[in-house]
Amino acid sequence: MASAVDSLPIVGNHPQAEVRSCDTTSLPVCLTAQQFIRWHAVVAVVFLLIGGIGALLLALTRWPAVHLLDAEWYYRILTLHGLNMLIFWILSFEIAVLYFAGTVLLNTRLASKWAAYVCFGMMLVGSVMVDITIMGGKADVLMTSYVPLMATPWFYLGIIILAVGALIGVFNFLATIYIAKRDHTYEGSVPLVVFGATAAAIIAVGTLLHGAVVMIPTWLWSMGVISEIDPSWYRITWWGLGHMSQQVNVCAMVSIWYLLGTLTVGAKPLNQAVCRGAFVLYILFINLASAHHLLVDPGVGAGWKIWNTSYAMYLAVLASMIHGFTVPASIEVAMRGKGFTRGMFGWLAAAPWSNPGFSGFFLSLIIFGFGGGITGVVLGTQQINIMAHNTLRIPGHFHVTVVGGTTLAFMALTYYVVPLIFQRDFYAKTLCRLQPYVFGGGITLMAVGMSFAGSYGVPRRHWDIEFTGGQFAVGFDAGAHAMLGIMGVGAVIAVIGLLMYVLLVVAAVFFGPRIAGQAMPPWHEEPARPADAVTDQSEEHKTPGTLVLAIVFLAAFAVYYFANWMWLADVWEVR
Amino acid sequence: MSIYNPPAGWFKAPTGAERLWVGLALTWCIIMSLAMPYWHFYGKQNSTGESYRVSVADYGARVQQFVESNTVGTEQGVPIVEIAPGGDGYLLARMWAFYPIIKLKKGQTYRLHISSLDLQHGFSLQPLNMNFQVLPGYDHVLTITPTSSGIFSIICNEFCGIGHHSMTGRIIVED
Ligand code: HEM
Ligand SMILES: [Cu+2]
Repeated sequence: MASAVDSLPIVGNHPQAEVRSCDTTSLPVCLTAQQFIRWHAVVAVVFLLIGGIGALLLALTRWPAVHLLDAEWYYRILTLHGLNMLIFWILSFEIAVLYFAGTVLLNTRLASKWAAYVCFGMMLVGSVMVDITIMGGKADVLMTSYVPLMATPWFYLGIIILAVGALIGVFNFLATIYIAKRDHTYEGSVPLVVFGATAAAIIAVGTLLHGAVVMIPTWLWSMGVISEIDPSWYRITWWGLGHMSQQVNVCAMVSIWYLLGTLTVGAKPLNQAVCRGAFVLYILFINLASAHHLLVDPGVGAGWKIWNTSYAMYLAVLASMIHGFTVPASIEVAMRGKGFTRGMFGWLAAAPWSNPGFSGFFLSLIIFGFGGGITGVVLGTQQINIMAHNTLRIPGHFHVTVVGGTTLAFMALTYYVVPLIFQRDFYAKTLCRLQPYVFGGGITLMAVGMSFAGSYGVPRRHWDIEFTGGQFAVGFDAGAHAMLGIMGVGAVIAVIGLLMYVLLVVAAVFFGPRIAGQAMPPWHEEPARPADAVTDQSEEHKTPGTLVLAIVFLAAFAVYYFANWMWLADVWEVR
Repeated sequence: MSIYNPPAGWFKAPTGAERLWVGLALTWCIIMSLAMPYWHFYGKQNSTGESYRVSVADYGARVQQFVESNTVGTEQGVPIVEIAPGGDGYLLARMWAFYPIIKLKKGQTYRLHISSLDLQHGFSLQPLNMNFQVLPGYDHVLTITPTSSGIFSIICNEFCGIGHHSMTGRIIVED
């Protein structure tokens, strides 16, 4: 295959003095990209903090024994929390990840510095506009702003500006990949992490376009230019934005799992074709999964609901199940290669659990898989959704996907971003090592409380489950109240984990010891090769431990799935 | 390594445990995909989304007519309205109440229409925990058969403004 071009030496396309060689990995770091990675990461953490303060207030309101905020402020903070977390924090961090994967791993410069400025500026201005309108009480419409609820035009305009800004960032990433290819800065296929990031970027384009299609008419409507927006059309299109963006998050998170597997234990994927194929499944089969927010809606029929749930979702589910195997399998192979061959799980026990980059990533994998994945598929089953729609089961589900999964993976990555990109060291490393456990444990407990409370029928987005002032007396039994208490305790723990993260990161980024010019201090000592290590001579990598874990997972999945069908069979008949 | 360009020849079929897992996962996904159409035909609980466009004024008029011709009593000033078995009943959702109280008989089948006069609402039947979306402009028809009797509450579970938490309603089912 060696053509003339292929035999040229591989050199980056960096202008003089705009690149440095990483002191730890020797990878070439584009300084422009580095600057924007820093900016987006810092802004992301600020939004996380705003959302985190909101989270505490919300949880303390939903916990009936505390019931902190009044109704108006509960819905206001709910709007604030949803948008700052799900959109501003996640999107800002993702742009930083794209800039990293696009430049450093492909040995190229960022395509356009100006586009990066515009992207950053628009995202910041848009988000701040949205937050100001919310806090000013002009947009008590929740994150979804379902029509005909109406906010001030500035709210919708802020979202549009933010979305267009993010779209410019995504195009800058795609352009970066293009110039890397054009300038021949790498050889062969792109690294897996870049492949995953590209999948995320492609889906993000679709997502943000849906956002424009739904938000621009809604903005015009809020100014009186358009007289009516159909609520069913709005829901379908809004969820084209709202759900597809979750697939962006999944792609970004899985790419980070692979990245951290490599950075922490030197893992390599067993079979790149499988991993890449799974990313392609995400791109191809996610678009209509927005359907699973509309499973009990009028306006769309059973055929549409079933087809879009299974065709679009289950091949994306398959993709997640594949990554859920290949990621731990790559860890198992790496650890066995280091001599940790004892028994089924000796490799797992010997993994560097004191390295927050590893523990955060592995907890994210477990919480996302066992928690978010299983509940997501079950709640998204067309008929089972009757027992779940708009109950607390739904936030119970997505707090173990986008929080225990994506957010925790982002946090784990930060333990490498700060030393490698900000070139600063952390203080209080013991707290750093604890942080993923506190956050992951708290959020899991909270999600369990929410899910069970939701099974009792407790609604989401609801200020008072005593229904004070209602025309009829309604209430929930003691079990539901107990579950809301568990939710509250879990939430407080999770918020402590979140604040630990914010404090540790801020202290390191702004005041941490500078480590430019030195390799980053390792998070864990490489353990010595055990004396009883057996060296596997065979060509094929054995992953018995991962296979057992995967089968346990499948069994848990099946039990929960069929149990829900049984519960469904007990409710009234309905067609 | 996931951060370096893969060596040439990376495109190959999976082997061993990985291949087994891909097969298992695919099988499971197919089972789940088939479960939904199966339940659609043989199961008793489905959301078919049967619905018709209706103007807010027309729907309000239908509810009014339904209440006028079928009221059997009142409770706390709210009419209790009985649907004839096999017949159509009209429930109205608005900020912040469900109107009227619906009366049914266990084991009979009814066509219960639901729509909204203003914002989006959620129809959440407790303590059964059955949930359906209510949109203004759409007459959402649930063909329901109560299989248990007693007094059931309807709560709203789609945010509909500051009084959302006080939006309740009632369905009475007699043996
Ligand atoms: C310490 C961490 C967190 C805690 C304790 C927490 C807690 C909560 C609570 C109590 C609610 C309100 C549920 C309701 O009343 O309906 C909520 C809603 C929500 N949270 Fe979180 N959360 C946390 C982090 C996050 C993160 C990191 C994200 C996104 C990345 C997120 C996304 C959301 C979304 C989208 C909603 C729904 C908003 C809505 O219904 O409009 N949360 N959260
Ligand atoms: Cu309502």
